[in-house]
Amino acid sequence: MKEIRIHGRGGQGAVLAARMLASAFVAEGKYVASFPMYGFERRGAPVVAFTRVDDKPIREKTQIYNPDGILVIDPGLLTLPTLFTGVKPGAAFILNSPKKLVDQPNENIKIGGAVNATGIAVQEIGRDIPNTCLLGAFAAATGWLKLESILACLPDYLSGDILQRNLKSAERGYKEVEVTKW
Amino acid sequence: MKAKKGKVSVMTGNVVAANAARLCRPEVIACYPITPQSEVAETISGFVADGSLDSEIVEVEGENSAMNVVLAASVAGARTFTATSSYGLVYMYDAMLQASGYRVPVVMVNVNRETPGIQAVSSGQQDMISTRDSGWVQIIVENNQEIVDQIIMSYKLAEDFDIQLPVMVNYDGYYLSYLAEAVEMPDPADVDAFLADLKKQPQRPRLIPGASTGCGTHGMEMGYVEVRYKHWLALDRVKQKVDEIDKEFGAYFGRSYGGQIEEYRNSDADFTILASGSAAGTAKTVVDARREQGIKVGLVKQRLFRPFPEERLIKALKGKKAIGVIDRSVGFGWKYGPMCTELKAIAPAIGAPPILSYIDGLANLDITIPHIERVVDEVGAAAKGKAYQDVTWIPME
Amino acid sequence: MVIKHKMIFKTESPWSDANEKMLVLDTGSWRTERPVLDVSKCNYCGLCALYCPPQCMKDMGDHYEANLAFCKGCGICAKECPKQAYAMVPEGEFSK
Repeated sequence: MKEIRIHGRGGQGAVLAARMLASAFVAEGKYVASFPMYGFERRGAPVVAFTRVDDKPIREKTQIYNPDGILVIDPGLLTLPTLFTGVKPGAAFILNSPKKLVDQPNENIKIGGAVNATGIAVQEIGRDIPNTCLLGAFAAATGWLKLESILACLPDYLSGDILQRNLKSAERGYKEVEVTKW
Repeated sequence: MKAKKGKVSVMTGNVVAANAARLCRPEVIACYPITPQSEVAETISGFVADGSLDSEIVEVEGENSAMNVVLAASVAGARTFTATSSYGLVYMYDAMLQASGYRVPVVMVNVNRETPGIQAVSSGQQDMISTRDSGWVQIIVENNQEIVDQIIMSYKLAEDFDIQLPVMVNYDGYYLSYLAEAVEMPDPADVDAFLADLKKQPQRPRLIPGASTGCGTHGMEMGYVEVRYKHWLALDRVKQKVDEIDKEFGAYFGRSYGGQIEEYRNSDADFTILASGSAAGTAKTVVDARREQGIKVGLVKQRLFRPFPEERLIKALKGKKAIGVIDRSVGFGWKYGPMCTELKAIAPAIGAPPILSYIDGLANLDITIPHIERVVDEVGAAAKGKAYQDVTWIPME
Repeated sequence: MVIKHKMIFKTESPWSDANEKMLVLDTGSWRTERPVLDVSKCNYCGLCALYCPPQCMKDMGDHYEANLAFCKGCGICAKECPKQAYAMVPEGEFSK
């Protein structure tokens, strides 16, 4: 089982990203369970979304304390003291940032992926909604799922022009992520 | 299995509940949004707006009116649906009491959330506990698939001529309401077929404009006592009916949940954990892990909360050397959690083993795997005769 | 039970004192735009301070200023100002 934790703020699409990731894994025949935790339901407030994926049904319904993957949508959340608490050895870390990751953020993190998701989103979608771009980056950096699976499930959530733009954004995230390995 | 395979898609618990309600074709809906249930109200309004559900939606300004509307519609013979949570549930309390007193088969989804006392927008079962004496049937589910299946079964139960009681389907706010997982949505024709027998029953009494019959008009002295007595008997009949309907559902759709309780690796267990809702799912993983280590622990998932599944619990727990009960709520005025206190009523019948109470999972604070592991270890020690703590508030420790 | 939790409330019932910090939420970080005052337009009427939902307007003697540690950028001050003295400016223009 892989446990992925997504950190964002209300309005950035963290919750939707967790669900899209779940759908993409289901398209590959896996079992998934994904849910968010937030105190205040409003734009700007911190949101954490948890996605579990496995080859058998997932029964635990708890927050994720030992993530295999951490995806941070808002770089402002890097200052969170508990961001890397409990992260599993060999974990992956994907960050919305224009700069490639150099320093190993935590001794257990072995794969780092950085992509300017905000920049790409503004170019492709016209707004700072970096979630789909980061999903593409996640797939490329970790190799846990195919880009095709992400692109195939986006129509379940978006349609028309906005869908096309997000498909572009996801593809660019996949192609432009800069991966660092420690 | 007679049903054809339904469409599988990733859906959140709330959207699942709205779809399940749509499949059962309620005729009147009155639903007021409240976190963490809002998506239920929004989605079902969407179905009526886009024509995929032919139902009368009455827009109300609050939950008290919502329950009054569905109660009245139900008294007039309509199939109804509503959903709420926490503050909304307690706001509609007087109308809820009327719904069960008038014996109308309203089906309501309650998304478990902490109740007032201190402002709380967080997961917990206190709302369900606050209304345990409402006279309603109360069932708790563990995952999204169970949400759709139990809502369908609830109409079959509520409208059964021998029952005629309102049914509340409870699922955890956040952990299930916002949880996206793959769910097989039954085909509409199969749901129609499963519920078809209800139409073959005698017509239950209902208000007819112009007719001289009415409901709840007489409640003096023995009239009141008689109605209460019949209500009490009906709740008792619910228990066996829940088991029967679960078997029928299993035969038709290929999915079955054990009825009043689900026993997981319990028959040969030395000691047992009792849990409900999404925490029961988490507990199953702990049971499996401990079993790998040779520890003979079992789980009983309590699905039926009201009426209390006494006979099934006695049968499942008799002879167990110790029992641990995980309550996601507080039993005001009692030393133990609510479900634990109720379980203690059958302690003599099951051999009076140590029964340990654990209060956890309040206010969006998880019932984590380490928490449940601790429960298993302590109950296991009690089963071996070691000293134990009667009641533990896990978050306070 | 051995209580390891360190009590948050000093009283039996859940009373708190606005002058003491019981729970400090970094609500300033939730902001996507902030109110910027054109002081020349301000007549010190105090309506912005009255309407501010988290009551985070600081009295500067002849005008008010939002306490950026808590201002969530709701824009009510800008909306209510009878002199339209506030502009709501995106946070992006102020970041490091």
